[in-house]
Amino acid sequence: MAKIIKKVKTIKVDADKCNGCRGCEIVCSGFHATPIWSSINPARSRIQVITDRLNNKWLPVFAGQYTAAECMGRNKYIIDGKEYEECDFCRASCPSRELFQEPDSILPLKCDMCESIPPLDQPKCVEVCLNDVLTYEEREEEVEEDVKVEDVEIGLASLIDKYGRDKVIDIMARMAEKTKPAA
Amino acid sequence: MRYAETGYNLEIDLATGNIQRVETDPKLMETHLGGLGTSVKLHWDRGGLDVKPFDDENLFVVSSGLFNGTPAFSANRTVCTFISPQTHLLGYPMMGGFFSAELKHAGYDKIVFRNKSPKWVYLWIKNDKVEIRDASHLQGRGALETQDLIRKELKEPRAQVAAIGLAGENRCFTASIEQSRSSCSRLGGGAVMGDKKIKAIAVRGTKDINLARGEEFMKLLDGVKDYINFRNANPIPDVMTILAGIGSPQEMVHTDEKWHTENFAWGNARVRRKDFWNKENEANWTSTQLATVKRLISCYNCPQHCGGLVSFQGGPYYMMKCFGKLTYSMAAYVDDLGFNFRILQRATEYGVDSFSTPQILAFAVELYEAGILTDKDFAGTSTYEACPSDNEGRFFWLLDRVVRREGIGDILADGVYWAARKIGNGAEAFDHNTIKKHEQLPLKLGMMDPIYYLMYTTNEKISITQIEGNFPQAAFPTMEQREAFVKDWPQIPDEKFKQYVLDWEPRGEMANPYYPTPEIASEIVDWMEMLHNIDDALCLCAGMASFCLKPPYHINNYPQLISAATGMDLDREGLKKIANRSRNLHRALNNIRGMSRADEKPPEDHWKKRFPDIEENLLSTYYKFKGWNNNGVPTRATLEKFDLGYVADELEKRGVLKDGQDN
Repeated sequence: MAKIIKKVKTIKVDADKCNGCRGCEIVCSGFHATPIWSSINPARSRIQVITDRLNNKWLPVFAGQYTAAECMGRNKYIIDGKEYEECDFCRASCPSRELFQEPDSILPLKCDMCESIPPLDQPKCVEVCLNDVLTYEEREEEVEEDVKVEDVEIGLASLIDKYGRDKVIDIMARMAEKTKPAA
Repeated sequence: MRYAETGYNLEIDLATGNIQRVETDPKLMETHLGGLGTSVKLHWDRGGLDVKPFDDENLFVVSSGLFNGTPAFSANRTVCTFISPQTHLLGYPMMGGFFSAELKHAGYDKIVFRNKSPKWVYLWIKNDKVEIRDASHLQGRGALETQDLIRKELKEPRAQVAAIGLAGENRCFTASIEQSRSSCSRLGGGAVMGDKKIKAIAVRGTKDINLARGEEFMKLLDGVKDYINFRNANPIPDVMTILAGIGSPQEMVHTDEKWHTENFAWGNARVRRKDFWNKENEANWTSTQLATVKRLISCYNCPQHCGGLVSFQGGPYYMMKCFGKLTYSMAAYVDDLGFNFRILQRATEYGVDSFSTPQILAFAVELYEAGILTDKDFAGTSTYEACPSDNEGRFFWLLDRVVRREGIGDILADGVYWAARKIGNGAEAFDHNTIKKHEQLPLKLGMMDPIYYLMYTTNEKISITQIEGNFPQAAFPTMEQREAFVKDWPQIPDEKFKQYVLDWEPRGEMANPYYPTPEIASEIVDWMEMLHNIDDALCLCAGMASFCLKPPYHINNYPQLISAATGMDLDREGLKKIANRSRNLHRALNNIRGMSRADEKPPEDHWKKRFPDIEENLLSTYYKFKGWNNNGVPTRATLEKFDLGYVADELEKRGVLKDGQDN
């Protein structure tokens, strides 16, 4: 099987340095506004600073996958004497909370690392953080190119989840018809 | 579409429970910007000229500014306006924190409270849903704990809450409004909030704030960001540590307190201890602070670290800032900084101003030592013990009495000025650090300083700490230092200010009190207060603009930023005109409420060396420069220049300004 080079993008979060200013939320929402910078709304941000001031908790978290259902059981962690809910670290756009959902439509939000044309040197949240809480890292990994059946299944499952089985089958059939090789 | 502002105010009638969302006049932004500017106009238009502090009709206005909710760094202040119970003038304390942006994202620029609630309530705003909720279960709760209790009760961890403590509930004149790491502390806003039985205001907003020319605004902010980075990496040399950087004084970062502890006065603004910062005290204070400050924190969208999350020896967490770190220890003559951290935790939950309150407690101790207050005033009752005799215990005891208005505390709770007059028997002589009935910094220095003389006496803010700013506080000793300072100074409104720095000597004819001359001092003060006025309309932290040397925001980049955010066509002269309009309106309002030249004087002992002739000349020159008459009232010509003819009419109608009077 062929080998390919894959670019892995990471934002390292040094939460101990966070002063809680939420500048990251502000620029994220402005950068993703249409047109760009036409409006600001931290509730639309793909990064949120989870804050519990009197318990000394400031934790920037990025939006990850959408989940249709909240967890049945949740863990608690004690780190440096501070108690964290599992939700504090969770990146999911989840029905149990307001985070990572468009406030108007409730559609899920997900961090896209500010991918744009032309590409940025680093995501906007990293650029605006003057306290070096966020560090952008890129690394290249050599991986085998293969078709991940599970990924396709997950993708389809979420489409079915969102639009219903019949609609997805209908669209698939239509697309298959369009792309059918000539006889 | 409205840009930068939401275009709506919330009107709350506490007596009837009526809540209205009211669209505001878009023209007001062009004439008064927002924040303090539009709030002053609102008080002028709606009864602020005659109302008494605890009247139903005393409006309590919680306002955001024009830049809150935009990406402008450090636009995080909230300005509360009301007729102050302490000064009877229009008070406007401001807080940083996180409230204003949240309010604007909920869709409102201001909350206007009128009348009084029959029972304790808090206001809950979530976008279009606004509720007046019962707060009887929160009565007596601390100002910080109330914030968390409300977030928990509402299941809204991201709600921002401003709350009062026991001091506000009991209408203490130094009661603050606490919110996150900040507070509206001066002039008794907490007392007015308490009088209306508003325990707290909670807000959560998820709406957009629009920018007129967003990309242009962000490009301008890139310049601001670069300058912030530059200034953080390059402190100003040859000035004291807390003046070298930007932001509010970085009291949580710096441990060097030589300047404060040796130049500010201890007790009731009495004694300068010029040998305090010895090796032993320095080591103790430094280790106490480093062990107690657990994290450096900021307000909304600000990269600085002006605040600290603190916990003293495992005690409860609270947040502190600035000079509050020292005020109680210094007022109580306690050489241990740990005492300050302990009592400030209690004082923060009570919700009291940490400038005025320690002076009030020290004033009481002085009166006791002078025999004006006696053991009877410090005795116990069936509900509390008698006052301990040690300095620390005495302060804790007095603080408890003041915020509960128990015994002598009931009198002290009105502040030094009013308490001195109620106590009588010579107590008035111990009221030696108030201007316009309000406690000032405990600063008693040697030589009269012309710039400070004007700032202390004339500003509507009535608090020196929030007036000073862009111009150096003292002359640089050498010409090399002066040249280095003026070399890179893009913040000045005019090149002539460089020459004033170059000419200013520490001693001799070109030094205080003769230089800066009254004319030059007027120009400098006018610049300082103009910047403060703009900051207060934008609700941008003064620590990043008007309050510090060489700040990121100034008169030369503000017009472009405001234009890009709002779409207004605004240049430097236009912005100056708006600031002048707001200041003159505010001035006229206070003039109608009784403020005049007679009120504009520092205490007798403010400086050791006083110069009555120079001081009178300073005041007269400044009044003339501002276009005010000899009694400090704006003339008709001045008011008309700023489109305030209706104000001149009112001043004349009331006899505050005589017809045709122009000097």
